[in-house]
Amino acid sequence: MAEQALSDVKILDLTWYISGPYCTKLFADYGADVIKVERPGEGDPARKMGPFFKDDPHPEKSGLFLYLNTNKRGVTLNLQSESGKRMVKELVKDVDILVESFRPGVIERLGLDYETLEKINPRLVMTSISNFGQTGPYRDFKASELIIFGMGGSMKSLGLPEREPLKKGTGTPVLFSGGNTAAMMTMIALYAAKTQGIGEQLDMSLFQAQTGSIDRRMSELIAYQYNNEVTVRVDRRATRMFPYGIHPAMDGYWEIAAIGSQWPAVSKMLDMPELLEKWPNIMAQIMPGAREEFDAIFIPWCFEHTKKECVELGQKAGALCGPLATTEDMLQDAHFQDRGFWMEIDHPVVGKVTYPGAPFKAEEMPWQIRRPAPLLGQHNEELYCEKLGYTKQELVKLKEAGVI
Amino acid sequence: MAKLPLEGIRVIEWCPIWAGPYAGMNLADWGAEVIRVENRYHFPVYTRGVMLKTPEFLAMQTAGYAAFKKPGYKEETAHNCFVIFNAHARNKLSCTMKLQDPKGIEMFKRLIKVSDVFLESNAPRVKESMGLTWDAVKEINPRLIMLSMPGFGGTGPHKDYRALGAHQEGFGGHTYLRGYVDEDPTTTTTIYHTDEAGGINGALAVTMALYQRSKTGKGMYIDMAQVESSMCHLAQAIMDYTMNGRITESMGNRDYHGAIQGCYRCRDVGGKWLPPAPLMGIPEEIWVVDSWVNITITNDQEWEGFCRALGNPDWARDEKFSDHLSRLKNHDELDKHIEEWTRQHDANEVMYILQKEGVPAGPVMDEQDAYSDPHLRARGFFEQLTHADAGTHLYPGLMCRMSKRPNSLRLPPVRLGEHNEYVYKKILAVSDEEYAELEKEGHIGTDFAPEAIGGGM
Repeated sequence: MAEQALSDVKILDLTWYISGPYCTKLFADYGADVIKVERPGEGDPARKMGPFFKDDPHPEKSGLFLYLNTNKRGVTLNLQSESGKRMVKELVKDVDILVESFRPGVIERLGLDYETLEKINPRLVMTSISNFGQTGPYRDFKASELIIFGMGGSMKSLGLPEREPLKKGTGTPVLFSGGNTAAMMTMIALYAAKTQGIGEQLDMSLFQAQTGSIDRRMSELIAYQYNNEVTVRVDRRATRMFPYGIHPAMDGYWEIAAIGSQWPAVSKMLDMPELLEKWPNIMAQIMPGAREEFDAIFIPWCFEHTKKECVELGQKAGALCGPLATTEDMLQDAHFQDRGFWMEIDHPVVGKVTYPGAPFKAEEMPWQIRRPAPLLGQHNEELYCEKLGYTKQELVKLKEAGVI
Repeated sequence: MAKLPLEGIRVIEWCPIWAGPYAGMNLADWGAEVIRVENRYHFPVYTRGVMLKTPEFLAMQTAGYAAFKKPGYKEETAHNCFVIFNAHARNKLSCTMKLQDPKGIEMFKRLIKVSDVFLESNAPRVKESMGLTWDAVKEINPRLIMLSMPGFGGTGPHKDYRALGAHQEGFGGHTYLRGYVDEDPTTTTTIYHTDEAGGINGALAVTMALYQRSKTGKGMYIDMAQVESSMCHLAQAIMDYTMNGRITESMGNRDYHGAIQGCYRCRDVGGKWLPPAPLMGIPEEIWVVDSWVNITITNDQEWEGFCRALGNPDWARDEKFSDHLSRLKNHDELDKHIEEWTRQHDANEVMYILQKEGVPAGPVMDEQDAYSDPHLRARGFFEQLTHADAGTHLYPGLMCRMSKRPNSLRLPPVRLGEHNEYVYKKILAVSDEEYAELEKEGHIGTDFAPEAIGGGM
């Protein structure tokens, strides 16, 4: 197997929670040596966030933390202490990337701002991830995943017209997406640093990443410029096109969009060629009463089949469709199993658990699990003694002083 | 001042709709020369419109993310004025090739020979039928990086499944995890998170591969399933299933990690107009007046701040809201109190009042709100571009800035075949006579051929 693409890349990871750790996880999984710095005592707040293995809220059993920190080495360090700051500066000499997600202004107060660190390492790529960025009137505002999506994303268009707008899926997909964007930007900057010999500083705002996202937001912003129209929530059940949208099945739900040129696939799926004569084109379909008449045939058909059967019959006939898969369906889906997407990872405290795997695969650029997420302070000795040359006695003193 | 990171990298983009083109956009934004290869004989439905020469009455019914530019609508230029396309097409070049014709494939292969990256997101059968598989293209250019990023990836039983973004979301579990807790899932609106995740990961994968190539000198094939790259964003739900066997359901707007959280209605606004679009389910014109704010209260400290901001109302002192666990238990009732207060204020007002007390809050911004947002303006997010068919407008800009590599949008959304001359003559060194011939044979042009295939409505 080829060497991992990022096996020569070293990262100092001063991030916590979700976006920052997801950014560095993407690097670690493709080979980077990521040194994750946590606060002594409590560690990354993600250790206190669920889901927990067997619902036991133990700092080494957070599924979220375990997922976000694979392949990283973990140390504890108190960045408020002078020794802590000095040790960061020592580590910065030898890394390619530093990622931090403190509230804006904190890194300057710690004396670990880019201007200072750049002098130590001119090729350093430093990525700062924050809710609103390092500048601008909202710089110091607090946010949550919901708030970032509401401000940046296309939330106003999700949901029913008479009800409240809705967020994306349960969990924090918007924070993952922001961390993913930070990884993309950091990778682009690293490539530039490598080919041009000049480092870079990135101001990554999660709000701005959402506002520039292709998931409808950019199109809608352009549509407003073109047509002066804002986006609204639409009850999609009111559409006159059919079949279009989410439909029930015997054991759940599935979704189909077989309109226009896809329409013949539906008659094939239902084995009812007469439908094509009855409604030959979209103009016939949008006539009053047509949809109701079709639904009277179609909905009972849906209820006679499981969501899996509906999708398989639809796909066989060439219709655009898919199930509303639950997490259980996803894990059982032969496709993702066959592709080896799921990855079983062994961890000293929780043992073997299945995790989501590689977002993309290449033989010449393997994705690999070399180690599970670190226990709190697991690599203190390895890093501080072997790399920075501290003695074990000095580690004891640093521990007593609350530095590590 | 340093060059843009990807200057000197040439990318061929052969991609429909969104995820692939979004990956291309991210590469183009940071300096790559991204050339879209399009085919005048294949009308890409949803990519450049809803059908070949969409009639005006239908175009006027489009809305939101799938709208055409309506003022001055012309059937002939509609494919250059479709917002799904114009959202990703800035900073790119476009050329046309008749790919059903061996000469078109030959031109395509000549372009592959002098490119660094071949980005494609078609169903696998498309590249197979055209002979543009990895096995074929690696022979032409051993330094080539090929990223194939169809919905389901290049292998596996669903490899050839037909799906739009909506259906990919379904396979990847995201649709099931959304929606109102107390409504039927048939009401759930479509999102395109697989396009977002796929596009970001596509650009990440390509740049990582360029980095690897700078060490090994070798190109590579990257296999990405948009659905998989997006599933990685749902780790909490997935890990709860694999660790505890629990199936996560939609929680509406509630926080997975136990904060008090919701979207609350604010004072109505003046009204923004939306015309009817019956095909989309908008039967009559709408005056949009609703306005909303999101609030998250994570801990006791934020709760205290929230109470202060509201002037310590009596209801907030109720035993039911005395600690975080009680507040979670009585979330529904708490929501009613919160909304009573937010209804009296503008969404922006709520944000400022609460943020002052250290409580996370922010408006649900529509497009008009975004363009007038002082923060986005202060950060110079929107940029003005002039497009030959659509006119001069502000466009959403770069997601991120670099301090040493200043950057801005360089080119407006690309029109079909706009750079044929550059691509054929400068890059492929085609002579003037040959160019004229290719034009006559239909390879080269700036519109779709009248007989172009590709379904539609």
